[in-house]
Amino acid sequence: MRDGIRLVTPQLIKSAMPVEIPEHSVGLVTPRSVAFNAPLLLECGRTLPAYTLVYECYGALNAARSNAILLCHALSGDHHAAGYHHPEERKPGWWEHLVGPGKPIDTSRFFVVCANLIGSCKGSTGPASINPETGTPWGLDFPMVTVRDWVQTQAQLADHLGIDCWAAVVGGSLGGMQVMQWAMDLPDRLRHAVVIAAAPRLTAQNIAFNEVARQAIMTDPDFHGGRYYAQNTKPRRGLALARMIGHITYLSDDAMRKKFGRDTRGGKAFSFGFDVDFEVESYLRHQGSSFVERFDANSYLYITKALDYFDPAAAHEGNLAAAFAPATAQFLVISFTSDWRFSPARSREIVQALYTRNLQVTYAEIASHQGHDSFLLPIPQYVEVLGAYLARVADEVGA
Amino acid sequence: MSALRPDLAIIAGWIRPGSRILDLGCGEGDLLAHLRAEHGVSGYGVEIDEARVVAAIRRGVPVIQQDLDGGLRNFGDQSVDTVVLSLTLQASKFPLDLLLEMLRVGREVIVTFPNMGHWHARWQLAVQGRMPVTDALPHAWYDTPNIHLCTIRDFESLCRENGVAVHQRVVLNDQRRQTWLNRLLPNLFGEVALYRCARVAASPLREE
Repeated sequence: MRDGIRLVTPQLIKSAMPVEIPEHSVGLVTPRSVAFNAPLLLECGRTLPAYTLVYECYGALNAARSNAILLCHALSGDHHAAGYHHPEERKPGWWEHLVGPGKPIDTSRFFVVCANLIGSCKGSTGPASINPETGTPWGLDFPMVTVRDWVQTQAQLADHLGIDCWAAVVGGSLGGMQVMQWAMDLPDRLRHAVVIAAAPRLTAQNIAFNEVARQAIMTDPDFHGGRYYAQNTKPRRGLALARMIGHITYLSDDAMRKKFGRDTRGGKAFSFGFDVDFEVESYLRHQGSSFVERFDANSYLYITKALDYFDPAAAHEGNLAAAFAPATAQFLVISFTSDWRFSPARSREIVQALYTRNLQVTYAEIASHQGHDSFLLPIPQYVEVLGAYLARVADEVGA
Repeated sequence: MSALRPDLAIIAGWIRPGSRILDLGCGEGDLLAHLRAEHGVSGYGVEIDEARVVAAIRRGVPVIQQDLDGGLRNFGDQSVDTVVLSLTLQASKFPLDLLLEMLRVGREVIVTFPNMGHWHARWQLAVQGRMPVTDALPHAWYDTPNIHLCTIRDFESLCRENGVAVHQRVVLNDQRRQTWLNRLLPNLFGEVALYRCARVAASPLREE
């Protein structure tokens, strides 16, 4: 649900500050963008008059155009999945551990594409973009976008790149939802679907977390009904709070205990006040405030809402297998034992539906302590499973 | 592809080409890889061990990582033609539940297990007074995964008592071969027993 890499282990922090571009990285990358000027009819019934997608590509498309992989990012992710934008960049792309030459998503064999979602804030059209009708930022006038709409835009990008059929569409969390939607909506355009740490629909508890996050943003006095751009301000406290809540749910109890325990900041005695005492408080505040610098509050509202709305089984009386009726792709489904936001039980629902549909499916339940964030981390068994599966895909498509 | 282990080759011969199967405790997917490549069989392996899951994936075998002791609830009634449980029944926590679940999921089941009635096991227990350690049961008592050992007679009485019809039986010796001795005294000379069973009582026991 996030593009995190920013927490976790010491070696991650080390890899986040390269003296030089590490081996097995895609290296320096430059985002590209494409403008689509035809109106896009959205699931909500409204039309987006035109839109831009920002995306990155790694590796080379083969002559047969058969070796392309689409990566779908999660809530706070973006198109920058791997590599560095400039030599001094502190942090590589959000899936640097998994995308690169010789890595599971092997850019020496595959042509890998990742696009920023519309509604997001990293360059693709979203609520902070200018509404052509008013000449001012859309704010909350931006139409509601859904997982289904995102798949539509990604398909237009595939057309633009001349890719008829992806070797695989791969995504974690919200990205995994996009992968499922791809398999349902455009079955002829992907061979393999890799659904990681996802769920067929959010639970009430999950929607509840999202609603608390949205309320934190919308009740911030600096929110101004989403028109904070004009006020030259932003709902910093609300967005930071939203991020702090989200962050707690992306980690496991175990991971937090291991990382922070009850350590006080700098080993100091209690302040007997309301300043930061515990390391975990300090960490969360830092996560919240740094997130405000790189993410737009309105985008957070839109994307969490798209998460809440995702429920392909709803049109089939809750029967997920029926929703998968059009699908023909082969699936790899991966979950993580300590993930309580998108638990293994949710992935098993997906597997059961695919089994019922007689679709080819492989399922791996990875033992991990890092909660939902596991999908971003180089957990050895995860790397093995994904690498082994995609190596077969590469053989199959002649990559 | 290397030759299939003799017991797996017999199982492969029992599975109809083009059918859909579930191979419980599939290991590295040997049986399914063979059946998919040679007999147009589709289906899934089920395996709990991490390394074996990866090995099966490498061979292109669809594998579902799952603990069989947690049941088979995620697989629908009669959703496959055949459910295979090869040399794993004795390691399950609830062998009868598992057998009945297999019969719910598959129209037919194939079960194989090491025969505790084999003379070598009997010798070690009766004469040497030690827990048997044999080729088919290579673990010491304190670290064995095999917690529900049975003999051929035990298994057949379990089937009788639970309305399970045995359609076919093959008994192999310690060389994994069928000999006249296993045929004559299977429970004494059979080291591995292979059964093809179904829910409904049908054709009587046919010795191969």
